[in-house]
Amino acid sequence: MAEIIYTEKSVPKIYGENIEALPQDLYIPPDALEVYLDSFEGPLDLLIYLIRKNNIDILDIPMANLTLQYINYVEKMKVIKLELAADYLLMSAMLIEIKSRMLLPKPSLEGEEDDPRAELVKKLIEYELMKDAAENLNEMPQVGKDILIAQSYFERVTEVSYPDVSIDDLFEAWKNVLKRAKQFEQHQISRSELSVREHMTIILRKLNEKSLLEFSTFFNSEKDPIPKLVVCFLAILELTKEGLIKINQQSSSSAIFLQLGEV
Amino acid sequence: MTQIDKLKEVLEVALLTSSQPLSIDDLTKLFIDKTDRSTIRMLLDEIKNDWQEKSISLVQVASGYRFQAKADFTEFLMRLSPDRAPNYSRAVMEVLSIIAYRQPVTRADIEKIRGVSLNSNTLRQLIERDWVDVIGQKEVPGRPSLYATTKHFLNDFALKSLSELPELNSSLTKELSDLKVDENREEIQEN
Repeated sequence: MAEIIYTEKSVPKIYGENIEALPQDLYIPPDALEVYLDSFEGPLDLLIYLIRKNNIDILDIPMANLTLQYINYVEKMKVIKLELAADYLLMSAMLIEIKSRMLLPKPSLEGEEDDPRAELVKKLIEYELMKDAAENLNEMPQVGKDILIAQSYFERVTEVSYPDVSIDDLFEAWKNVLKRAKQFEQHQISRSELSVREHMTIILRKLNEKSLLEFSTFFNSEKDPIPKLVVCFLAILELTKEGLIKINQQSSSSAIFLQLGEV
Repeated sequence: MTQIDKLKEVLEVALLTSSQPLSIDDLTKLFIDKTDRSTIRMLLDEIKNDWQEKSISLVQVASGYRFQAKADFTEFLMRLSPDRAPNYSRAVMEVLSIIAYRQPVTRADIEKIRGVSLNSNTLRQLIERDWVDVIGQKEVPGRPSLYATTKHFLNDFALKSLSELPELNSSLTKELSDLKVDENREEIQEN
C-alpha cells in the first residue's frame, strides 16, 4: 500500500505553528462521503481505483487484500446510500467467491483449472480501456467547445412576382361578392297591424252604401301593399263563410259581384 | 476570369455560407452542367492551399468539407461567447466511448462493460445530441436495439471516419492480450 510519508515540509501550519492532529471540532459535512462515493462510476471503477492506488499487478491480484479494501468502501456506502449499493454488493459477493475458489484445492491432477480471477480481470481491463478512451474522447476538440465553424452571412433575396389582374377579373369578383351576399340576406318578418275583422267591417259598410259592388273595387292593387290585399281577400272569404255577403258570377271569367247576404 | 476560376469561387462561397459540411455530392448540385467529381476534388485542394496562411481553414470531416477557425484562435473566440457546449458527465462519456469503439452494441453490452445498470437518461442525452442512434435490432430474444455513433458525431469531433478515433491505451490492450495468451498456454498444458 502506498503510504504517505510526512516530511518536515509537509506538516501543515496555522499561524506559523505546526499542527500535529486535526482539531477536535473540525466540521465534516455529513454528505462528504456520499459525494466521494458518487465519483465512482460503479464497482468496476472502484476496483480499478483500488488496484491502481495500491500499484497492484492487474494480472496477479492479491484477492484477500483487494476484497477487504473493497468491502470497507462498500460498508461505508451502505450506510449512506442504500440503492446505490446494490451493484456494489453483487461485486462483493463475486470477489468473495473468487477468493474462496482460490483457496479450494485443485480438483484433480489432470486439467489445471483456470485462474478464477481471469474473468474478473478481463472485465476490469475491458472497463478500464473504455474509461481511458472516454477521458481521451472528452479531451478531443469538439464543435461548439474547441472547434468553431466559419459561416459567412448569405442573404437570400427572393423577388416577389405579382399576378396580373384585369378590370374584368375585378368585375367578376365583385359580382361573386354580391351573389354570395344575397345568400345571407335576412327576411325581416314583422307582425302585421292589419286585422281581418277591421276589413270585414269596411267591406260591409261599403256594401251597405251600395248594395252591389264589383269584386275588383275592393282591391286597389296599385296602392295597397300585398299584405293588405291578402287581408282584404281573407275578410271577403270570412264574410262569405258567415253568410253575411254573397258572391255572384254570371259566367266563368266574367266580372264577380259582391252583395249583402239575405238576413 | 477563366471558367475554372469561376468554379473555384462558387465552391468557396458555397462552403463559406453553408451551416453544414458539404459533400462532393452536395457541391455538384451547384452547377447545372455535370461537373466532374475529380475536378471538384482538385479545386477543393486548391482552396485548402489558398487558405493555408489564413485564420480559417478548410477541413474534411465525415459528411464533407467545412471551413472552421484554426485552433490557435479558439481561446480568443471563446471570450466572445462564454456559454460553451456543456461538459458531459463521466457516465455519458463512458457510454459514448463504448458505443464508439465497440459498435454496434446493445444496452446490455454497455451495462456488461461498465458493471452498472444504465440510466436511460444517459443514452437519451447522446441521442438528443445526435451523436448516437439506433441502427437496428439484435436477433436475440427481446430484439434489443443496437446503438452506433452517427456521422454528426464524427463531424463534431472533426473525424473523417471511426478509424481516426484515438487509439486505445496500448499497455491495457497488451494486458488484455497477455491474459488471453495465458488462457491459451493453460490449454496447451492441458493437452
